[in-house]
Formats: sequence, structure tokens, C-alpha cells
Amino acid sequence: MQQVISVLLENQPGALLRVTGLLSARGYNIESLTVARTMDPDLSRMTIVVDVEERLHAQVIKQMNKLINVLQASEMSGENSVTREMILLHARPTHQDRAAVLKEAEIFGARVVDSSTDGFALEVTGEAGTLEEFIGVMKSYGEIEVTRSGAIAVSLETKKLRLQPPVPTRTFVRTEIPVEEMDGVPNG
Amino acid sequence: MSKLMSGAQILLECLAREEVDCFFGYPGGVTLPLYDALYDSPVKHILVRHEENAVFAAEGYARTTGKVGVCCATSGPGATNLITGLVDSLLDSIPIVAITGQVSSHLIGSDAFQEADTFGITRPCTKHNYMVQRLEDLPRIIHEAFYIASTGRPGPVLVDIPKDIFQAKGEYTPVDTIHLPGYKIFTEGHAGQIRRAAQMIWEAERPLVYAGGGIIASDASGELRELVDLAALPSVCTLMGLGALPADHPQYISMPGMHGSYAANMAITESDLLIALGVRFDDRVTGKLAAFAPRAKIIHVDIDPAEIAKNRVPDVPIVGDVKHVLQKLTKVVAELKPEMEAGTAKARAAWQNRVHDWQQQHPYDRRRSETEIKPQHLISEIDRLSAGEAIVCTDVGQHQMWAAQLIRFNEPRLWINSGGLGAMGFGLPAAIGAQFARPDKLVFAIVGDGGFQMSIPELATMVNYGLPIKIIVMNNGHLGMVRQWQELFYDNRLSQVKLDCFPDAEKLASAYGFSGSTVTKPGDLAAALDIAIREPGPYLLNVMVTQFENVYPMVPAGAAISDMVLTPVAVA
Repeated sequence: MQQVISVLLENQPGALLRVTGLLSARGYNIESLTVARTMDPDLSRMTIVVDVEERLHAQVIKQMNKLINVLQASEMSGENSVTREMILLHARPTHQDRAAVLKEAEIFGARVVDSSTDGFALEVTGEAGTLEEFIGVMKSYGEIEVTRSGAIAVSLETKKLRLQPPVPTRTFVRTEIPVEEMDGVPNG
Repeated sequence: MSKLMSGAQILLECLAREEVDCFFGYPGGVTLPLYDALYDSPVKHILVRHEENAVFAAEGYARTTGKVGVCCATSGPGATNLITGLVDSLLDSIPIVAITGQVSSHLIGSDAFQEADTFGITRPCTKHNYMVQRLEDLPRIIHEAFYIASTGRPGPVLVDIPKDIFQAKGEYTPVDTIHLPGYKIFTEGHAGQIRRAAQMIWEAERPLVYAGGGIIASDASGELRELVDLAALPSVCTLMGLGALPADHPQYISMPGMHGSYAANMAITESDLLIALGVRFDDRVTGKLAAFAPRAKIIHVDIDPAEIAKNRVPDVPIVGDVKHVLQKLTKVVAELKPEMEAGTAKARAAWQNRVHDWQQQHPYDRRRSETEIKPQHLISEIDRLSAGEAIVCTDVGQHQMWAAQLIRFNEPRLWINSGGLGAMGFGLPAAIGAQFARPDKLVFAIVGDGGFQMSIPELATMVNYGLPIKIIVMNNGHLGMVRQWQELFYDNRLSQVKLDCFPDAEKLASAYGFSGSTVTKPGDLAAALDIAIREPGPYLLNVMVTQFENVYPMVPAGAAISDMVLTPVAVA
């Protein structure tokens, strides 16, 4: 069953791999993954759609929250969030079909981002189901090329972010060990 | 306050500030600048003979003291040799900081000599890992590594340092705060849940404490004892929790699980309340999960939220440091005692009797023979000599299980073994780390003839540093545990488990410059052990034991823990 997870994580080398590694180590297949910086440039927001048995959903979230670079991982369920995806589609209709294609694009709320004698580049966002329909319709007009962004989700609830405050390093009492007092074999 | 120092010097300064008194390592090409700086450092370096054993020794040190164990290896093969120990400490939640050298920054990704993607390889083997990219980050990263390794659920942290970072010179400014906003540590348990747990403890008619490695990690055995005494709770300690309660404590039953005692497994099966403290419902304890503690409600206390409901959904989950939770829990249990104790007193007395009966019915097998040394005989003798006080490090296999069953421990941190990973070759290097940590203690390395041959090179380290470790090889000429499974579950088709050509112990020891001997007759065993103990230095005692002895009780894989195969009765 598909699980949509939103992860707020630090922009650190390897942070992305820690999150995805956790899924691949358990044999879960990632359906889609998007990641980009947040308003705070030190942080990124990831949306992952992953195929996980429902009984393991909570465990996956807990394991992600254990990662040091992850500030918060949470499940995006249908009620508490909205999910959207964007596709860029290049359609190459025959000359006669061009008008019809534009009409279909309009119905789906797609924008034309490029137009040439070859065809159109169309941009459309929506829920996965609507996008599948759009792709289906466009296919009926001939060859197409599609790139999907993968899902992004935003929570509709205010989630309290529980962050660890700074802590002092241990109060060090530096005791110099005279080399001659070291027992056994000295380092030299 | 700042001064110009090299990266290598800064690293050593940070180790000193973390009060590292010794660390275990093996030098190499890219760590040359580090070892050069080490020459003038007060931080003591222990030169092992193989990097894998550097982690195991650091683990022995950490498991014995509770402090962070530190190890060091060079890039490439040095770093990859650390993997087994890193995973071992990850599975057993042991605080380790591993320092690895990396090829110089400009060479990274070029398949340079002795280059390996240590950061990538060790990510799933550690609690967290780092690659240092700028000299100014080094002190912060080192202190973060120690902080992460030793707090929350402890574990290994690796810091990969390129050679040019060791060499670079820069202003050193000590770091005085650590800020890890995403690092979530849960210490105090939920007060409401703790109260609920306390009530359930008095309402239960057949309560049982199931205590594990978390008690040891959290230094909570005193708190555990208070609770167990206050509410008279029969208790089992897992393989990782041995010593959490003193073995002679009246409420202590023994170890549960695959090779646990009849009484411990029956008590779990019949209990109506399982108080799970710092445990993870490991498959070697639970057997068939659906049949584990089938009549019990569960209180589960753990510092790691991901352990709660991972294998068994508890009735009362409490996320927190078991030491803190136990302090609060015991307080509430004491408050409730006057009004609630009488309610279930009668049933609980009967429960105590049942547990006692199970213990009498099927105690552990301690049989001896006139003609050959039974492994149980050997372990019982070590138990007698230790009297609950010695540090016992083991390898993995039959000898480990017999030692876990038969050796009593009066306190925590005396029993050192590779529990979760089950890494052979662990015993001797772990004993080296333990003996460094506790020079005052008698340290046994009980090993099989298989595992010992994985760690023979460390005899040199042991002799080199004058460590008086008593190595006891339980020699059955086989990979005993694998052979046992082949006998029981593979029609006794013994495939590749016979270990011929074990070296002559006396000659082997003398080749390394210490004493050793072989004992074959049961009548000579006590005297041979006595010689080993009296020897001021290390000793290698090779004990030829019964070849085809099996560890019982045994719960076959996938069976319920109440379905134990007990000791075969028909023995002459």
C-alpha cells in the first residue's frame, strides 16, 4: 500500500541517502521522491511515496525520525494534507488535431509552455488520477513524451516541531598525563 | 582562545577533551599525519593486529566501562575491516567512535590507492557517520560523534577524515556547545503511562520482569533491583541483560529464549503481565512471536520509540530512559503498595511457587562424566572460580550459550558477548579491551576452537601489552552450534563443520612468549584451571571437551518458547 511521507531534513551531505537507504534496506520500493530547499536554506523538504504494508507505516516513520539529520518525518494521509504532482508532456499531434489537443489541454487546466510545428509542450498539475487521465487522452492523439515530477504534499495541520536545544559539551577537566607515568608501551 | 594546530593535533586534542584514555587502532598511509602527531600525545594508542579487532577491543572497553570506546583505521582496507565491529556495536547499542583516514580531498572519487567510499559503506552500519570536509568542522564533528554515540540509544559513530584535513593547519577554537536540532532523545517517560503501569503491576496475579541490555546501558540495575524487591517480581534477564540482577537474587530466574531455561520460558508463557525493560523482543528471545507471552499484558519501556510496537504491540508503551522511568515507576508502585498489595497477594504467592517449581523441575544441565570433559563441566568450573566477580568475554556459539546459562554474575558489565550480530572472533579482542578498562579484574576469554582461530593474531597484542587474560578454548573439534543444527535439523549430515588441525596450545602460547597447555581428562581440569588463574600473565588453556554435546534447552527456530527440547534423559 502506498504511503506518502513528508520529511523535513537538514541540508547535509548524505542526508538524502540516509532516508532512502532506510527504505531500500527493508526492500521497499520508492514510487516517487521529490526534494528541495525550504524557506530556511539549511533545510530541505522531501516528499516520498513508497510502497509499504500498512501495518509497517508507523514503524517507517519512527525509523526516519531516528535519523540525526531528520527534523521531522510525518505521514501525509488523505485527510490532513493535499498532494499534487506536475507533469511536462510533449505532444506531437497531426496538423488537423492541433486544435483538439489544445481544447483537451484547456479542459485539464494544462498550460502550453512551448509550441512549434513539431507539437506542444504542456504543463499540468493535479492529483495522480487526473494526470493519468490526461496522459491517456493525449496518447490518443499520437506519440507523446512525459516527465513526471513525483508527488509533493503539504500538511494542513500545524505540526509542532520538537527540536533539540543546544547542549554544552562535557565540562572537561583536562588532566595532563606525564609521558613517563604512562604504563605499558608508550606511543613512540 | 585559539592556537595554530594541525588537523591531526586537533583530533587528538578533542579525544583528550572527551577523556579518552586509550584507543585501539592500526596505522596506514593516509593516517600517517595522525600517527605522527600521536607520537607526542598523552592519549594512549593500543596497536592491535587487525582492524576488525580494534573495534572489538573498543567494544570490550565500552561494554566494561559504559564509556565510549574509540578505534582508528586507515582508508580503504582499514576502514572496510571495521564493518563487522560497527554492525556488532549497532545491534548491541554499544557507544563507539571510529576514526578512519580517507584519501586526500582532491583524490576522492578517483579510485585512488586505498580509496573506498567509507562514508557510503558505513552509513547503514552506524548510528550516524560523518566525512570531514573542512578543517574548521573537525572539532565540532568529533564532539558531536561522542555525544551521539553515548546518548539516547547508544551506538557507533564513524568519522572519516581525509589526509589533507589531518595535515592542514588552522586556528583551533574549542567547541563548547553541540547543536543537533534533529536528534531526538527521550528521557522522561510519560507520567500518566507510568501510573497506569504501576497500577497494572499490583493488579497482576502473575507478573514477570523481562529485563535486557537497556538496563546495563542505562546503568539502571540498582533501580531495577528496587522495583523487583518492592513488588516481589520474578525476573528474567536476556543475553544482553545478564548481570542486570545479581544471579543469586531471590527473584532472578535466568535467561529466556532459544537456549533459555525451562523456568524462564514457562514464566513468560504463563505470566499475565510482562514488564519489558530495555528489551527489543528479539527473535532469539520470543521464538514464534504469536505464541510469546500469549496471556500477558505488556508494559514496554524503551528509550527508542522505534522499538515500541516493532515486534509486539504493548498495552502500556513508555518511551524514556529506563533508569529515569524506573525511578518514577518505583515511586508510584511504593505509593500504591499499601492499598493494592493485598488484592493479589495470594495469587502472587502461588505464582512465586509455580516459578520455583519450574526451576526445580528442569534446572540447567550441569552433568559431568568420568571419562571426558563435558562442556557444562568446564563452564561450571569457570563459574566456581569466578564466583560472580570475573569479567567473562565469549565468542559466539555453543560455549557462549553454556556460559550464559551457567556462569553467574553479581553485577552488570561483567558479561561481554556479541549478542545481536553473533560475530565469531569477538571474544579475545573484547577481552583485550576489557582488561585495559579493568586492569584489576580477572578476565576470561572463553572461546570455541572456531572463533579462537579467527582471533589468534591478537595473542601478540595481549602479550605486547602484558594483559593477563585467561583464554579458555572449549575445543570440541567442530563448529559446535552449526554442527548441532545439522544434527537436529539436517539429518546429521555434518557438512564443513569439522575443524581439524588445531594448533598445539602449549607451542602456540610459547611461540608468542607466554604459557599454555591442553587438558583432556575431567580429573585434570580443576588443576589445569588453577594453574591458569595463578599464572601472573596471560594463559592459554585448551580444553578438549565432548565433541558431540548439544546445548539444551533448545527452542527450534520458529517454535513457541514453551516448546522446548529439554536435555535428553538417556545418558549413561
